[in-house]
Amino acid sequence: MDQLYSLLTNMFEQGFLFGFLALGVLITFRFFRFPDLTAEGSYTLGASVAAALLVGGFNPFGATFAAMLAGAAAGAVTALIHTKLRINNIIAGIIVMTALYTVNLRVMGRANVPLLSTPTVFGDVIAAVNAFGLTLRENALTTIPIAFVLLLIGAAILVWFFATDMGLAIRATGQNEPMILSLGVDTDRTKMYGLALSNAFVALSGALVAQNHGFADIGMGVGILVTGAAAVLIGEAIFGDRGVLWWVVAAIVGAMIYRFLVALALRVGLDPVDLRLVTAALLLLALAVPRWRLRLIR
Amino acid sequence: MLEFRAVTKYFMRGTANQVLALDAIDLDIAEGDFVTVIGSNGAGKSTLIKAISGIAMPDSGTITFEHRDITHEPVYARAASIGRIAQDPNDSTCAGMTIEENIAMAERRGQSRGLRRAVNKAARERFAAALAPVGLGLETRMGVRVGTLSGGQRQALALLMATISGSRLLLLDEHLAALDPKTAESVMRLTARLIAERRLTALMITHKMQDAIQWGNRLLMMDSGRIIFEARDAEKAALTVNALIDKFHQIRHTQLTSDRVLLTP
Repeated sequence: MDQLYSLLTNMFEQGFLFGFLALGVLITFRFFRFPDLTAEGSYTLGASVAAALLVGGFNPFGATFAAMLAGAAAGAVTALIHTKLRINNIIAGIIVMTALYTVNLRVMGRANVPLLSTPTVFGDVIAAVNAFGLTLRENALTTIPIAFVLLLIGAAILVWFFATDMGLAIRATGQNEPMILSLGVDTDRTKMYGLALSNAFVALSGALVAQNHGFADIGMGVGILVTGAAAVLIGEAIFGDRGVLWWVVAAIVGAMIYRFLVALALRVGLDPVDLRLVTAALLLLALAVPRWRLRLIR
Repeated sequence: MLEFRAVTKYFMRGTANQVLALDAIDLDIAEGDFVTVIGSNGAGKSTLIKAISGIAMPDSGTITFEHRDITHEPVYARAASIGRIAQDPNDSTCAGMTIEENIAMAERRGQSRGLRRAVNKAARERFAAALAPVGLGLETRMGVRVGTLSGGQRQALALLMATISGSRLLLLDEHLAALDPKTAESVMRLTARLIAERRLTALMITHKMQDAIQWGNRLLMMDSGRIIFEARDAEKAALTVNALIDKFHQIRHTQLTSDRVLLTP
């Protein structure tokens, strides 16, 4: 029972924090139809920028917002390399990801920055609530509603944005670029906006995870794109393809299920060393299941 | 309205497979002209349209549209007043988005796109009113994805999208070629009606000589990147398919013989 309880709280807490990552990856992976490897760097960039600012005595909300802006800038650079220099989008992502490794080390000053003694977004919100006479402490149960509200705001912004004129143009850029070009849209710009938005969400995820886990680490972004893609694909395997609102819901639920399965795998005695194998298997399953389901329907 | 001056375009220039797609084309299209273009495969018809829309940039020469040199303008910059429909219904609409989303994108042709909600109640009513005369019942299915429509429905939607906002020149690149004969006929009638109603200037490539004769006020025949024959108004109205075929072979033959004269000592 205790086991299940901690598995479930972990699923909500980590699932919500990784939900931002899944939303970011959704934009590039689903809308633009390419795996944007910038995420591997911008996730850590978000954590690094937030960590450096927090250690420097910055307000946690300001630090987290700065992390988002840094992520957006990283995405914009990838888009510029792709559109202005006509370099393949995956390669452009790899170039920026590689450059960000050094940037992240420079921002943090070292490979690992502990955040246990600095204020965090979660600690600040709990302190604000406690001002009304409560005595809450920062743990999974208090983190879950805070992360949930933040994620709800982020998801609502995405759903709203992708129904605006600019949002439609960005979606069409990924689906049928010649068509949206012939309607007068400069796709170099829509690509930049899309990638900036995507990486802002990825960096936000990194900043929140760092504050939740109590440290920022140079290696925390390794393999993060696959994590995000797994969340998107698991969600899609469950919800199918039903438009923007459901894609967003699916990505978040996918992130929760992914975290749950990873935690479960560790709980049943799997060595952390084998975790990547589990991720790969999950990814494969998420891709294969919709095909099986199609065959069953026929 | 549209002027070509010595427009030349090569594909794969400098290689063994070099193709001369447009050979010093001079062409004047006046406002209100409806020009049909015929010619064999590789005659340069498509390249002509692609040069106007900016998809294929000419190697030399100038293209002027409404007194503005557009020769090297990017596609999106000239799209405000030029609508284009390609042969494949997948090209001119966005399959993964709904009918209303597609029309909303087309309605903003050439305008800035901001954070305004793209499809609201007023827009839906506007789109339904625009779709109803098309006569396919699409106005009751505006929330469905375009990918679920038939080829004819998608081309009809593409026509509406190309003409709904401010375009003054309509480019049709064999837009009926992928449709069955009956659908092609009704989409052609819709095309002619939209061109007349919105007083558009139009350039239509077709592989059906009958369509080329029946519609429009001017007819161009292209071969090897050149315009080899043109008929307009009364002369065009008097054309028949057989006369056109004869004309084509006659012109081709004289060219071949003159080439032979040049080549033999």
